[in-house]
Amino acid sequence: MLNTIMVIIGKVFALAIFAPLVSGIIRKTKNTIRMRNGPSVLQPYYNVRKLFLKDEVISKNASWIFYAAPVIVFAGSICALVLVLMARPGHLVSNSAAILIAAFFVLSLGRFFMALAGLDAGSSFGGMGSSREVFISSFAEPVAFIAIFVFCMGGGDNFRVSGVLAGFALFMVVIAETSRIPVDNQETHLELTMVHEAMVLEYSGRSLALIELASHIKQMVFFIMLSWCLFPAAGTAPWGWAVFSAEIGVIGIAMAFIEISVAKMRLFRTVDFLSFSFFIALAASIASSLGL
Amino acid sequence: MITFLPKEFFLFDSLTIFFFAVIGLICIPSAIFSIGYLREEALKKKLISWALLAAFILSMCFVVISGNLFSFLIFWELMSLTSYFLVVLDYKHEKSIRAGTIYLVMTHIGTACLMAAFFILYNYAGSFDYSAVKEAAFALPPNIRNIIFLLLFIGFATKAGVVPMHIWLPYAHPQAPSYVSSIMSGVMIKIAVYGMIRFFVMLLLPAPAWWGAVILVFGIISCLVGVIYALMDHDLKKLLAYHSVENIGIILLGVGAAIFFAARGVIPVAALAMCAALYHLVNHALFKGLLFLCSGSVYKATGLRNIEKMGGLIKTMPATALFFLIGAMGISALPPLNGFVSEWLTFQAFFSGAVESQGAVRIFMIVSAAALALTGGLAAACFVKAFGITFLALPRSAHAREAKETGFMMKTGMALLAVPVVIFGVGAGFIAPVILRVSRAVLGVQNVEVSLYLASVLPVLIAVVVLGTALAVFLWFRFGLRTGQVRYNTWDCGYYALDSRTEYTATAFSKPFRIAFSFFLLPYHKSEKMRDSFYHVSKFMYETHTTLVFRKFFYEPLVRLVYSFAWKVRKLQPGSIHLYILYIFITLVGLIALAAIF
Repeated sequence: MLNTIMVIIGKVFALAIFAPLVSGIIRKTKNTIRMRNGPSVLQPYYNVRKLFLKDEVISKNASWIFYAAPVIVFAGSICALVLVLMARPGHLVSNSAAILIAAFFVLSLGRFFMALAGLDAGSSFGGMGSSREVFISSFAEPVAFIAIFVFCMGGGDNFRVSGVLAGFALFMVVIAETSRIPVDNQETHLELTMVHEAMVLEYSGRSLALIELASHIKQMVFFIMLSWCLFPAAGTAPWGWAVFSAEIGVIGIAMAFIEISVAKMRLFRTVDFLSFSFFIALAASIASSLGL
Repeated sequence: MITFLPKEFFLFDSLTIFFFAVIGLICIPSAIFSIGYLREEALKKKLISWALLAAFILSMCFVVISGNLFSFLIFWELMSLTSYFLVVLDYKHEKSIRAGTIYLVMTHIGTACLMAAFFILYNYAGSFDYSAVKEAAFALPPNIRNIIFLLLFIGFATKAGVVPMHIWLPYAHPQAPSYVSSIMSGVMIKIAVYGMIRFFVMLLLPAPAWWGAVILVFGIISCLVGVIYALMDHDLKKLLAYHSVENIGIILLGVGAAIFFAARGVIPVAALAMCAALYHLVNHALFKGLLFLCSGSVYKATGLRNIEKMGGLIKTMPATALFFLIGAMGISALPPLNGFVSEWLTFQAFFSGAVESQGAVRIFMIVSAAALALTGGLAAACFVKAFGITFLALPRSAHAREAKETGFMMKTGMALLAVPVVIFGVGAGFIAPVILRVSRAVLGVQNVEVSLYLASVLPVLIAVVVLGTALAVFLWFRFGLRTGQVRYNTWDCGYYALDSRTEYTATAFSKPFRIAFSFFLLPYHKSEKMRDSFYHVSKFMYETHTTLVFRKFFYEPLVRLVYSFAWKVRKLQPGSIHLYILYIFITLVGLIALAAIF
């Protein structure tokens, strides 16, 4: 018991530390494909360090929600990581679905406070960002739940049609949840297109550092879930951690390719995007009810 | 000797005790809150309010402990009437009278259905007692059973505010004083759920699977429609009333799944679903009661119900803001508070139901779970709006700016509901097994082993990890990393004139949802330009509204039909005494003829 707890704590630390690296790899890949030099893969670490050492500016209108939100977001993403690590496939079927769904609930705790903080400073940028963020995530959540249900019903240890379809649907959800093109764009600060960035516009210094770290970790959480859906058999392979890192890398590079090859959609087209993923998830559930 | 009088007056089993607990948990804090709320009123009004309130609470208790159909109906009607008088307590407002009338009409349509069903049951059982009804139910012909089911379902669903019979709820609940709204939304509509459980699960056995499916489908419709309307509404109490429609939907998801799986013989899943439904029932009573009390506290302080005029109240009313935040987190199912546990249990029920079945049933369960997930996401969005616009940023009107924190009694009332919201979440390890026992007793399956999975561990685990991490970060910020902080204006793009009029509004916040659900909401706009001259527009008005689909396409035509029929009937009554004597004569002859025939 104690042993398992220590192992999970160790893994959480390791994954949290490597989480910004994944973002760095994605950014580097994008720049390489665009024939640019770009910053090093370690740039996300430099950013976080810089932000932690800076003073922060806080709006005069803000209340305690504004201070609390980054801490809660960070704690929520750590907790989601813990839960996902507890839910390794191959365990009892129902339990892993239960824990994965709880992980989504924990992430929505952070999102709730972040969206409130967006409204707190009284700037319309923040309000716009909050509104759009909760809009997108409320349509993404049902798809993610179906995908998790279908995946966990398959048992998660060998290749199934339903699992792959669920993985595909989950991939589209992950694009939306990690604010990537075509749903959102992490690199923009143009008011018409910002979603997540608009919500956190008022933040600076160590609070912003926490928020950035939290989004790297959240991305890691989603990539872990994806790796289970898309590479079900790999979990049992020898050299587990190496295989796992390779999987995460492959998913990250695939994400980078998608980001540079499509244009960002209008906000209201994301509903179409997510309803498409909903129907794929539904197809996955039909496949699973046929025993595929 | 009058034979129809029932022999079993009272009934005490796990279900009644459970509902007694729910009634007590909500009504005591609400009553304490009412002391503060009514402080400035005249003595006469205070006395009337409290007398009605006491009668209302007592009648609910008696509905629950009634051991026969007859007294159930009497106390049910008493509950409806006392709550009607509480809704129209503020009788000088035309709105109250209108809301009361809609409520009275709808609730009596429901009661009429119940009465019809009860008389059919009496006809077969020969007694009003529950035990006789239960015995007779086995021998009922299937079509009669189904008719009884439909009548009872319409009757209870009307009281519970299930879509499309929800029409009265967003009028009546906001119009009542807040401590009454909290009891009506928190407890009274649950009494209808009590009725459903009592009759469909415990008396009219065995219930076929399609009853469960019907309840499940109405649950899905209710929770989606309720939450979409709540997102569109910017009246704080009306918004909460629509959330009651949504949460009743979630409770019915559990009840429906329980009946469905009990009929299919998958007892563990049925017990889990019933446990989820009962857990959500008490949770919704707690946080909805709390939120209504908070809205009452805001209303007392500002005189406002429209959230577009509020803002910044977290600075002037910190306690109310904190209580509202706890309630909002509970209803948005955020861990580790109580709403999370029950919604998560409902997901568990759907998931284990899907695992246990094949084919269409599995897809049905997965789609139900997806509907619940969508509802949860939208509810969280709605409470970001409700809390953010009401309590955060700058005040949007003078009333909001001059708000004062409410008094001790009102704070006590809110605190007494806020603490259980936390306890029912983190303490799920102690509470879930108790509720599971009730659910087993309700289904009559005491011996079946039911796994609650991790319900007892997970909330504590989440609370520990989240609070532990947050504390670590906080300590590091406080003692390790000592960077400075500057308070400055909100970033304004160099405009230097941000004020409350440039803030994001509730209408703007909900706009993406309005567009995404435009196929259902049918939004329309009105704009008007007032010109000084051809070249200069002095004033520009822009309004956006949504169409209430059920009202426009179902209830309004129905009411028109009733009116036109009434106009036609009116011709029979022209006011001539000669004609009336003729009517009496014809009736008399008719009756004599009837008597002669039989």
